[in-house]
Amino acid sequence: MGKPEIGLSVGKQIVAGRVRDNLRAYTMVFALLVIWIALAFATQGTFLEPRNLSNLFRQTAINGYLAIGMVFIITAGHIDLSVGAVAGLAGAIAAMMQVHWLPALGAAWGIEWLQPGWPTTMIAILAAVAVGTIIGFWQGFWVAYGDVPAFIVTLGGLLIFRGTILGITKGVNIGPMDPSFRGLGQSYLGFAGGMSLAVLAVAGVFAFALAARRNKIKYNLAVRPLWVDVGIAGIYSALAVGFVITMQRYRGVPLPVVFLIVVAVVFSFIFRRTQLGRYTCAIGGNLDAARLSGLNVRRVTIQIFALMGALCGLAGIILTARLNAATANAGNQFELNAIASCVIGGTSLAGGAGSIPGALLGALVMASVDNGLSMLNVQAFWQQIIKGLILMTAVLMDAKSRSSSS
Amino acid sequence: MPQAGNILLEIRNVTKDFPGTRALDNVSMEVREGEILGLCGENGAGKSTLMKILSGTYPYGTYEGEMVYQGEPLRLSGIRESEAKGVRIIHQELALVKQMSVAENIYLGAEPARFGIVNQMKLYSDTRALLDRVGLSVSETSLIGSLGVGQRQMVEIAKALRGHVRLLILDEPTSALNDAEVANLMSTLRDLRSRGVTCIYISHKLRELFDIADRITVIRDGRVIGTEKTADLTEDMVIAMMVGRAPTGRFPAKTRKPGPVMLKVRNWTIKDPENRELYAVRDVSFEVRSGEILGISGLMGSGRTELVQSLFGEYGVEVSGEMEIAGQRCTVKSSRDAIALGMGLVTEDRKTTGLITMHTVTSNIALPSLPRLSNGPVVNQSLELASTGQFIEELNIRVPAIDATVDTLSGGNQQKVSLAKWLMTNPRILMMDEPTRGIDVGTKYQIYEIMDRLAAAGMAIIMVSSELPEILGMSDRILVMHEGTVAAILERDEADAETIMSLATMGAEMGKMRSDENAARER
Repeated sequence: MGKPEIGLSVGKQIVAGRVRDNLRAYTMVFALLVIWIALAFATQGTFLEPRNLSNLFRQTAINGYLAIGMVFIITAGHIDLSVGAVAGLAGAIAAMMQVHWLPALGAAWGIEWLQPGWPTTMIAILAAVAVGTIIGFWQGFWVAYGDVPAFIVTLGGLLIFRGTILGITKGVNIGPMDPSFRGLGQSYLGFAGGMSLAVLAVAGVFAFALAARRNKIKYNLAVRPLWVDVGIAGIYSALAVGFVITMQRYRGVPLPVVFLIVVAVVFSFIFRRTQLGRYTCAIGGNLDAARLSGLNVRRVTIQIFALMGALCGLAGIILTARLNAATANAGNQFELNAIASCVIGGTSLAGGAGSIPGALLGALVMASVDNGLSMLNVQAFWQQIIKGLILMTAVLMDAKSRSSSS
Repeated sequence: MPQAGNILLEIRNVTKDFPGTRALDNVSMEVREGEILGLCGENGAGKSTLMKILSGTYPYGTYEGEMVYQGEPLRLSGIRESEAKGVRIIHQELALVKQMSVAENIYLGAEPARFGIVNQMKLYSDTRALLDRVGLSVSETSLIGSLGVGQRQMVEIAKALRGHVRLLILDEPTSALNDAEVANLMSTLRDLRSRGVTCIYISHKLRELFDIADRITVIRDGRVIGTEKTADLTEDMVIAMMVGRAPTGRFPAKTRKPGPVMLKVRNWTIKDPENRELYAVRDVSFEVRSGEILGISGLMGSGRTELVQSLFGEYGVEVSGEMEIAGQRCTVKSSRDAIALGMGLVTEDRKTTGLITMHTVTSNIALPSLPRLSNGPVVNQSLELASTGQFIEELNIRVPAIDATVDTLSGGNQQKVSLAKWLMTNPRILMMDEPTRGIDVGTKYQIYEIMDRLAAAGMAIIMVSSELPEILGMSDRILVMHEGTVAAILERDEADAETIMSLATMGAEMGKMRSDENAARER
């Protein structure tokens, strides 16, 4: 008799709690819409045309990968200043592989498929991700076992990897890339691909909602009325389909954006639903309590830095693909954009709390301002000044809303 | 000159609501000129809220009702205004900057300065005068970090006395003080009273209230239950007012029975991590049976916390000695090993080392048990919610909402969360460091009941406590520590407060002699 009743009140409270948590997210979405509407008016609607939106999302993608990893790092109470340099280095390694190293090896050993083509694209991708991961692992090791603050380790890393890029590229652009590589950054999902993506998203949303529902019932917890669950899943599905259709009206969903969506879903799951994600929050929330609860703090630290590194590798690949070359200053100052996106998106610099969808919204805000102001022919220096002010205002609003709610 | 007996402050029908709860419900009370008014009530009864209204933290307009101070309506806009009117609060958590000197701390924000340049000489001489007033003999230039907790508390009081003070409010001022320091504080307060400073003294510790207060006001569930002259009250009467029922004894009856030895420790020795020449713990040997509560008593700094933390694998770099659990030799290198062996440690300070206060009750309770609540790396959130819910219900943890964060709970409920977190790991040996520090009488009793129930179910419990009544009321055997060594292990029947105190303050030989003397004198 007692148990189900508890379950019921528990369930009701969860719904109420979620709404309260999400209030922050709603404000963010609202702020983004205000920016979009303002820019739409200022550009006589050009800003919201599918062509520009497609562009906007493409611009968001690279920063998006880095911001996702940065959510883990900042939530754990650390910081990573090296992500731009690591992404640049990973991109440079990929370019060197495809343009110089593999062809030279192929020529020496007489292997035909080491000349530019899809096999070397695969190798270049693996190399870039591997380099990023290894670097992340290495830096994480310094932080976890060396007890050197992440700020210092990654500031050192920033210099080291910038230097390495210069060393291996000798300061010149490395390119062009094979079309199969270039496509990763420049091509679009066709109509069939876009539609299957939409169908997959809808199916995924519903499957997930139903699985969660079934699991709750299994443990005797109260569930929301079925129509609420279906309704929420429906809204998400409509958003997904609407997004694909809008993109379709230009050239389709850009490939980097497809990857970003997949990465975001996977990493959100890791962040919210796995032990690693929980431990990340716990370490940033109260290191001593986490340690005394039996957490392997060092292992978790290394793991999140390695994840961050892998995402840098991915960002580097897309960066090189989009520019069709690796350049010596690729990824310069990307770390600042990634950190700003996280903070705008509600990740606490004090550690313990963060949000991946929030960070992506933050990345979108930053990209929208860049994109919109460029369309308005605002000079580059103004763009930097405005972005700086937006960052500070976002944190100001957050701080004020927190102090008034407590 | 204030006239003793006149009403200094009157609180009229104050009501304060928070979303979902009414913290204060039509509270009316008065504070008389020159008295020490004791204020007590369970955690969450509304004492802190009332004090926050009084200090202006909750400004006029955020509550209903009126306050009259020195015959005029008191409508505060913030803390600065209340300070200007001579109302000072000393909070439970000390708010001093460790890296700064005593003088700099006392005058922080009110430095004697001209054009922003601090007049050092005036700063030091003013500080000296304040330190003399509270009877603290430390240099005004010593760093706060180099002072003991008791001295810091006195610095806080000195800080509160700077400028013009009419009403001094102390919130649980003695939770970290030893007996000598408490005595010193009491005499300082009496001295202040004789100089016309009115005082509101908030405490759980009834003995102190009866010692110092002229009148005692009891608050329960946001309401004033009553105000009486201390002379007309007994401790039992106050407890009855606080908990709303007559006390049935402060400790539950024993239902447990000791079984076989669960934990055996031999020659446990830890070098002091800050000075390798010294020992934090030296040659400690003892055993605990399943179904038994072993109390560990001793002064602060006698190595009690270090002992239990090192058994848990989380203190000291040079630890030697042998440990056996259920007859099996084992080594514990970290809390992970300890948990795997079936140990749990409810830490001394739930806020800094026990809980992640910004996270939810559920995720705090589940943290050490996550591997068991997961399929592979993925946490099964429904299972997590269902299993933690069971403990929330079982320990009667009062949460405003299931996803409430820990910092919204009262101290007693936070302590229960801390306990639930370890019970969920299903330990064989539970170590509890100050299990009832800073929590109210009602919750204390509940925790004692839980401890007895756990021991009766076969758990071995080690309880570190600074409160002698708790040690005497709950332990089956008592280990007394003195400067890192075992002064004695006493059976419950042969222990009394005096014996324990003399062992703790003077060590095995002197303590033994002293207690024999006492025994002889009694004969």
